[in-house]
Amino acid sequence: MARTITMEVLRYRPEQDAGPVFQTYEVPFTDDMSVLQGLLHIKDELDETLSFRWSCRMAICGSCGMMINGKPALSCKTFLRDLAPGPVRIEALNHFPIERDLVVVMEDFIDKLERIQPYIIPKEPRTLEQGEYLQTPAQLEKYEQFSSCINCLLCYAACPQYGLNPDFVGPGALALLHRYNADSRDGGAAQRMELVAAEEGVFNCTAVGYCSEVCPKHVDPANAVNQNKTTAAADYFLGFLKPKGSRT
Amino acid sequence: MGDDAMSRPLKRSNAPIFWGLFGAGGMLAALLGPMLVFITGIAAPLGFILAPDAMSYANMMAFTGHWLGKAFVFAIVPLFLWHAGHRVFHSLHDVGIHAGMVARLVCYGGALLGTLIVAWALLLIGF
Amino acid sequence: MSKRRPYVRPMAGWWRKNPFFVEYMIHEGSALFVAAYGVVLLVGLVCLAQGEAAWNGWLAAMKHPLALLFHLAVLAMISYHSWSWFKIMPKTMPPLVIGGKRVAPAMITGAGLAATVVASLILLGLVWGMTR
Ligand code: SF4
Ligand code: FES
Repeated sequence: MARTITMEVLRYRPEQDAGPVFQTYEVPFTDDMSVLQGLLHIKDELDETLSFRWSCRMAICGSCGMMINGKPALSCKTFLRDLAPGPVRIEALNHFPIERDLVVVMEDFIDKLERIQPYIIPKEPRTLEQGEYLQTPAQLEKYEQFSSCINCLLCYAACPQYGLNPDFVGPGALALLHRYNADSRDGGAAQRMELVAAEEGVFNCTAVGYCSEVCPKHVDPANAVNQNKTTAAADYFLGFLKPKGSRT
Repeated sequence: MGDDAMSRPLKRSNAPIFWGLFGAGGMLAALLGPMLVFITGIAAPLGFILAPDAMSYANMMAFTGHWLGKAFVFAIVPLFLWHAGHRVFHSLHDVGIHAGMVARLVCYGGALLGTLIVAWALLLIGF
Repeated sequence: MSKRRPYVRPMAGWWRKNPFFVEYMIHEGSALFVAAYGVVLLVGLVCLAQGEAAWNGWLAAMKHPLALLFHLAVLAMISYHSWSWFKIMPKTMPPLVIGGKRVAPAMITGAGLAATVVASLILLGLVWGMTR
């Protein structure tokens, strides 16, 4: 006999539910089954109306983030055997509006992603004939960790400051911003500073640090945010020394 | 959406001033806070480890009369207040009291008032 | 017509729902004790500026059992502040590279706490030496 585990899933069907409600399912599971596979079992065998996002099933696409027993986690990377005997509580990612069941509205994050200018703004433009940009391993190390982000939004679900003030650019996007600023080929730090130092920027962070705890890719977004507090503060005070009108 | 997202006006935050004072005070409180509390609040009043008259009027006037003692007091007391004020300001926001200007006035205004009183008292003590 | 009706969940009580956040609120709460201690010192300084009688009044108040109890509480919370301050430090500072290797977070926290111990002993030694 296969073991079973109780999964309490937060449902929200905008056309029929006034607000989210928990629905309970008994799910048979084996040791190799992830929470995502548990949900897939529900969808295939018990209740085809359940909605959730997933794609790669191997912790790289970043689409399957949800609250598992109150903590943000990738459901494909969390195993039912570790949560037994249960029950397991599954909710949509915190701090985002729920579109339907476990699916959240991501527009806000996509908008923020655009605002950080997530591409290399060349420090020195080179022609094709001049060849590639060279980078030493030490230069690579400065940003490599921040380039591992898979946009899974777990850090946003872990950040109370984002929950309290959705205007805050937030950990993930700022980590990505830092990834470009810290790249030796990039010269865009000055133009990204406007957002970093803005009221929506890094100073919303109170160094809770939970974002870095939950990040499945060890990006350490808290570190990116706080490094940029230092640069933003330096830029702020140096700004008083610069001639009037030249401040960004 | 992209275009109006990029063109939304941004206002520069004045937080660096308060964040800087918060950090300086937090660092001082972390390094020296426990021992200071032990000295002024426990050891000296009880005459434990320290002499019972360690904080006598003469001793304290000599200490705060010296420019080094003044500098020490002027660093510790105001920075502790700025550190605490900034944290409390954010904690109010954290627990859902978004009092805005009022919270700012109480937290930062209090720290500023404390700073002015410290400066005034130190000047009164003289050199 | 769109059937979309995104549901925004309330934030009330968020900090009670995760042990990590409870810890955060406690270390943020240490600020109240830092503030109270700052005010005690401030009052002492004003008394000192006012003359010997006022200062002795403040000193006598510091010897009251309730004052001692208060300072014990402050000592506990400000020590907790030291600990949490250096615990978060690795997350808040730029990576420290020594000899081509990145210094581990635990090392940074340890160095901060060691600095606290050293600074405390120096402070106590100085005060002891000056008031002997
Ligand atoms: S920083 Fe980490 S937690 Fe945040 S979106 Fe990127 S991978 Fe996910
Ligand atoms: S399904 Fe791709 S990260 Fe989980």
